[in-house]
Amino acid sequence: MSSGIENERPTLQVQRIRQKFGKGKAAKEVLAGLTFSVADGEFVSIIGPSGSGKTTLFQVIGGLERPSEGEVWIGGKETTGQRGHISYMPQQSSLLPWETVAGNIELSLSISGIDRKEAKSSTQEWLERIGLQEYADAYPHVLSGGMQQRVSFLRALLAPQQLMLLDEPFGALDALTRLHMQQWLMSIWEQNRRSVLLVTHSIEEALILSDRIIVMSASPAVVLDEFIIPFERPRREEIWNDPRFNELKQHIYRLLQNSAEE
Amino acid sequence: MGNKKNVWSKIWPPATLMIVLLAGWQIAAYLELFEQWLLPSPFSIVEEAIQVWPRLLDHTKATVQLTLIGFVGGSAVGFVLAALLHLIPGARTAVYPLLVLTQNVPVIAIAPILTMLLGWGLLPKALLVIMVCFFPITVAMLNGLTNTDAQLRNYLQMIGIRRFRLFWHLELPHAIVHLFSGLKIAASYSVLSAVVAEWLGTNKGLGAFMLISSKGFLPDRVFAAVFIIVALSLSLFGLVTLAERLVIRWRPEKEVK
Repeated sequence: MSSGIENERPTLQVQRIRQKFGKGKAAKEVLAGLTFSVADGEFVSIIGPSGSGKTTLFQVIGGLERPSEGEVWIGGKETTGQRGHISYMPQQSSLLPWETVAGNIELSLSISGIDRKEAKSSTQEWLERIGLQEYADAYPHVLSGGMQQRVSFLRALLAPQQLMLLDEPFGALDALTRLHMQQWLMSIWEQNRRSVLLVTHSIEEALILSDRIIVMSASPAVVLDEFIIPFERPRREEIWNDPRFNELKQHIYRLLQNSAEE
Repeated sequence: MGNKKNVWSKIWPPATLMIVLLAGWQIAAYLELFEQWLLPSPFSIVEEAIQVWPRLLDHTKATVQLTLIGFVGGSAVGFVLAALLHLIPGARTAVYPLLVLTQNVPVIAIAPILTMLLGWGLLPKALLVIMVCFFPITVAMLNGLTNTDAQLRNYLQMIGIRRFRLFWHLELPHAIVHLFSGLKIAASYSVLSAVVAEWLGTNKGLGAFMLISSKGFLPDRVFAAVFIIVALSLSLFGLVTLAERLVIRWRPEKEVK
């Protein structure tokens, strides 16, 4: 399925990104020449050990940090060091406590450049669609962790930017909620496909959600390998029983293990 | 409502203690444990206050006016100053140490200078109260504007928020909570400094009334003025607390203390 997409210009291109902190002998290289891309409508996951510079990578793609070397291209334009070209779902839901649920979504949409009226109506429509309309006027603290993450995902999904960055979005949830959230996110995303770059620690999560997995090493980060995930969409729970699922899982696990030992 | 119950459970212990102390004072005076002309009993203070009420009321009005002008003016100055110091790059580092320095000059020391420069009217006294009030507000606001949640800030920057909107949607709402703690301190300071300002140069206000009564050796009246000053201070503090409850509605109940 990816052969048709490869011909088009990818939504995200990360080209030979290097990031060093400090100078001279004390300099620490965090990213050592990363190159990868995310095609239009593709769901790509990055897996790596903790401390592999994923946060730095996101800061570079989001334009908050300028890389020491290399370029970031989003939607066919160079955006290195420029903000406002992505939508984002952080690990902590990061809802403003003084805005209502609807207010939070509307604010993010208006920052992303959607006019207020349109932001309002699509917020109402989608809150209804995900069954949270009764919380529209509530403050975020009354919502459970899982519900807050749903709102946070919705906020990223509705923004007009072509690329969504998801930064360990379910890392803070318990195992059962996490599983529910993965299925929920999958079902919403499959109806409304956008280009996604997900960072996660969980190999299983990456296998369930992605079209492609990029495995990264730690300090400094380089791309170790890439895997195209063959499971059909819409994905069902049955893929757990697929022998290829376990094979890939073992393979990626060993790859990470080896890179950690070196 | 749980909320109201909560308020009462906080009010009654100090209120009871207050009544016990006043009763003890009254009984001690009745038993003539001390000289009435040195320390009048609560009852005689109230009696005296009722007798001179029209005059006392005039003086109270003058003090309330001065306090409110100073408090509102000081809050506005404090608020604007904090916002400017925060928004103008480098301003904070340059100006903040000087602000701290202004607070090392005692009020009593500035007052004669202000009177000398600006005369005996309302202006120098209001300025004095403003100078005392603005500082805790600026400090609290600046603190709130700076110590915003790092994750919220990172999120908003990632999606490309601009400087002014970051101030308006993240820094300012966060600082409001801090602003109110500054306002509460300023509320108490404003009454105090208004009375001190009145000591120094006027014939109006509770401060002046206290001074005149004290020179005429009328302790009942001095105490009556003190009681009213305490009541004013508490009321202003209460008003600020009420405003805080009305404005900040987003915090989870358990955080409201």
